[in-house]
Amino acid sequence: MIRAVIVINTQGKPRLAKFYEFQPVEKQQELIRSVYGVLSSRAENVSNFLDAESIFGPDTRLVYKHFATLYFVFVFDSSENELAMLDLIQVFVETLDKCFKNVCELDVVLNYSKLHTVLDEIIFGGQVLETSSTEVLKAVEEISKCLFCPSPSFCLNILFEGGLYTCSCLDWND
Amino acid sequence: MNPFSSGTRLRDMIRAIRACKTAAEERGVVRKECAAIRAAINENDNDYRHRNLAKLMFIHMLGYPTHFGQMECLKLIASAGFPEKRIGYLGLMLLLDERQEVLMLVTNSLKQDLNHSNQYIVGLALCAMGNICSAEMARDLAPEVERLLQFRDPNIRKKAALCSIRIIKKVPELAENFINPAAALLREKHHGVLITGVQLCTELCKASEEALEYFRMKCTEGLVKTLKDLVNSPYAPEYDIAGITDPFLHIRLLKLLRVLGQGDEDASECMNDILAQVATKTESNKNAGNAILYECVATIMSIEDNGGLRVLAINILGRFLSNRDNNIRYVALNMLMRAITVDAQAVQRHRATILECVKDLDASIRKRALELVYVLVNESNVKPLTKELIDYLEVSDQDFKGDLTAKICSLVKKFSPEKIWYIDQMLKVLSEAGNFVKDEVWHAVIVVITNSPDLHGYAVRALYRALQTSADQETLVRVAVWCIGEYGDMLVNNIGMLDVEDPITVTESDAVDIIEIALKHHTSDLTTKAMALIALLKLSSRFPSCSERIKEIVVQYKGSLVLELQQRSIELNSIIAKHQNIRSTLVERMPTLDLLEWEEKQSGSIPNTTSSTPAHASINIPNGVVKPSSAPLVDLLDLNSDDVPAPSSSGGDSFHGLLDIDLSGAPKQSGVNHSPNNGTDALLDLLSTATPTQSSSAISDLLNSGQDNKTPVSPLEVLSSPFSNSIQPTSSAGAIDLLDSFATNSPIQENNGPAYPSVVAFESSNLRIGFNFSKLPGNPQTTIIKATFTNLSPSVYTDFIFQAAVPKFLQLHLEPASGNTLPASGNESITQTLRVTNSQHGKKSLVMRIRIAYKMNNKDVLEEGQINNFPQGL
Repeated sequence: MIRAVIVINTQGKPRLAKFYEFQPVEKQQELIRSVYGVLSSRAENVSNFLDAESIFGPDTRLVYKHFATLYFVFVFDSSENELAMLDLIQVFVETLDKCFKNVCELDVVLNYSKLHTVLDEIIFGGQVLETSSTEVLKAVEEISKCLFCPSPSFCLNILFEGGLYTCSCLDWND
Repeated sequence: MNPFSSGTRLRDMIRAIRACKTAAEERGVVRKECAAIRAAINENDNDYRHRNLAKLMFIHMLGYPTHFGQMECLKLIASAGFPEKRIGYLGLMLLLDERQEVLMLVTNSLKQDLNHSNQYIVGLALCAMGNICSAEMARDLAPEVERLLQFRDPNIRKKAALCSIRIIKKVPELAENFINPAAALLREKHHGVLITGVQLCTELCKASEEALEYFRMKCTEGLVKTLKDLVNSPYAPEYDIAGITDPFLHIRLLKLLRVLGQGDEDASECMNDILAQVATKTESNKNAGNAILYECVATIMSIEDNGGLRVLAINILGRFLSNRDNNIRYVALNMLMRAITVDAQAVQRHRATILECVKDLDASIRKRALELVYVLVNESNVKPLTKELIDYLEVSDQDFKGDLTAKICSLVKKFSPEKIWYIDQMLKVLSEAGNFVKDEVWHAVIVVITNSPDLHGYAVRALYRALQTSADQETLVRVAVWCIGEYGDMLVNNIGMLDVEDPITVTESDAVDIIEIALKHHTSDLTTKAMALIALLKLSSRFPSCSERIKEIVVQYKGSLVLELQQRSIELNSIIAKHQNIRSTLVERMPTLDLLEWEEKQSGSIPNTTSSTPAHASINIPNGVVKPSSAPLVDLLDLNSDDVPAPSSSGGDSFHGLLDIDLSGAPKQSGVNHSPNNGTDALLDLLSTATPTQSSSAISDLLNSGQDNKTPVSPLEVLSSPFSNSIQPTSSAGAIDLLDSFATNSPIQENNGPAYPSVVAFESSNLRIGFNFSKLPGNPQTTIIKATFTNLSPSVYTDFIFQAAVPKFLQLHLEPASGNTLPASGNESITQTLRVTNSQHGKKSLVMRIRIAYKMNNKDVLEEGQINNFPQGL
């Protein structure tokens, strides 16, 4: 089972944190900090695996991959294949890349909820749901189509009042 | 709706947070946003509810409290539109957990959404359920999920399959309902559904024996066929990872086969061929291919015995070890570690490659390889493997030397075929990485040397040679100094020459020179210097010609600022100057320590040392010198003292045990204060033979009065009169322990360090507070204070509250008090435990301000005070 998916930037700011086993907020922050502490001190050309037992407790492993300014971290237990998890990170990142056309950190930050939609189509309750990025993309696009504006009448107001208010649907619907 | 309460857009908030330069600025922005969101929640603002929740999720990720938004999730889930529901469910998964009661309220909405006509809403509900479903919810909603396993859209089918996993994990007895639908999923053509179906079956097998049997009987062949089709399938672009068709499906299938094959010969037999095919046909030049191979190896290792396949599997791992990719080497080492229990012989064949991995550039690979090598060593290969490891010790990283040294030492000790080999290897380790050698290891070296009379000469000469080249390795210096002191004559006269040795010419003054160098070397610490002084004393008797010179060297330390050295210097000097007649008997060679007995004692004291933290274990033991020699010293006294009430050997034993206690418990700083104590005792015992007048009677006093806890302090002060003003209360408390154990004749094992005297921290006309102190083993910074509150007045106190404050360098933690009512006239008392951590331990002492509030005769009373009378060294 996958226990957590964490995306942190090279400065240690969390960009996505999803724990499949409940952790209180403080604990989450502590875990993210310790993961960052270990990752930031690792040399370049070393393996992508880390002994995570000191951070996440017994029977946990950690795989990470470093892309530009972001670390993608998967934490999972011994029932998952480490090498396959590495490929799954690849699938996740490739999907994001297709989703955002050359994904960069800013996309990840600003499209926070979309990131979750993508992740939810790949990992479901700690289990792998889908491994083909085309399939994931298809599902995400279908969901996006369903996202119509919650209050169309309110949107019209924007036009009439010269943009005094901006409709909240813009926040995730672009 | 109030247009001004609408706040900022999500994106603007994220930008504002990102623009913050400092954490304080960020907190400010978040606080403002949270305030706006709270206001919106209070106004029951519908239009911005989902946007506010989206903001809250971002704030949550940054680690701020967001519990006030939980009800908003439920409201959004209950609304009709997809966007609202989506954000609501997302918030539900992130902000809530299955333990919260709020979750009960959501079950109904979930049920409706699972039956919704819009399949995307069904998807959302399944997803939320798969993440946070509780046992109760699982029972309520299992029929819905079961039905969705046959839904027309594959996306829903696969989500339902994974949701079922969550359900059976929460409520295993529901497993049987899912067996048939799960088996149906195994016939799916859609990869995504098939993967989730296989996962569901795997989990069902784990949850229920019945399911395992069912799948074993009905599905093994079908799964083998599916895997075969997959292996031989033509290129499928959408599931392609680096040229391999769906490695994830491969892996899931292999994993399920593993579960089915484990413990069942027929099933294992059935899958042999396909496993062999996967193991040989999969391309191994890409990560995806290796992932499949790795899973295949794991399956082969777990299913019922098939020798041929296992060799094939271990050879794959062997190939992994020489792969250029670090990740592959890493997993191979992990797997070999497991394989070693299955087929050690096959793993042994890859010894050379594993040994290469010990020298890997990647630290985590090195560490694993070293562990594996450690397990691989046996009597037959210990010599070549140890040689390789020791050779590598020379060039290894500083960080790695500690681990490597510990493993080598343990191997040499465990498997050494003969003593001379042991001594040779340990000498090499001591000269290469002496600074990383643990105390018990170099102690063991000395014990082994004393136990091999025919190797005394050889060992001392080899040590002498090694010392010339590696004088900076502390533990080597110690062992060498000890041996030269004991066997100096053998060094000079080449006694006990072995055939393998080259003769060596060392004059008496050379031997003294090298000890003098060790004594004066700037890197030598207290233990080494003290050992060197003792060695000099021994040499002064062995080499009469150098006696004068040794005396001069010893005298130089008379003014040493280190108490231990000063004391030793004065005492040794007095032996050299005044007690010529007994000197030679005094410094006779140590009797051999019984190796077995010593090891037992070691293992007895190990729980003590291991209970302390690693940082603690590396403390230099100031009385290391006394440790191996104290028991023989007592023996020595027994021999020589007819008219002296010498301590019995049992007393010596407990004395020894006591040293162990001190070693394990004494914190770094007070350790120095302690050593004079032990040193004094051992040496005064020693001296007592010479001057049996005053001090020996003091000793006998000391021994006899051991039954009483309080009296021994004074004789001890007599004993150590020149130093009594410098000995701190802590060490005299330690001395009480010492005498305690003389009296009870059993070493106090549970003693965790020096005891501190209790104090009356606060006393007013109405109230007295007493503090009892103790320390946690291995954590000298933290003091546990047990406060006892006693009522001195004739009336009862109620609502008794004790508060305390400390300066910044201290951390204070108050445990709950034993009560809040204090009966009159000290009839009973309240106790409360305080935990204080002193970050300036050893530099500053504790100080505390206190305030006590209580009601006396229904009148509020407030007392305040400051506590400055903490014992030193807390």
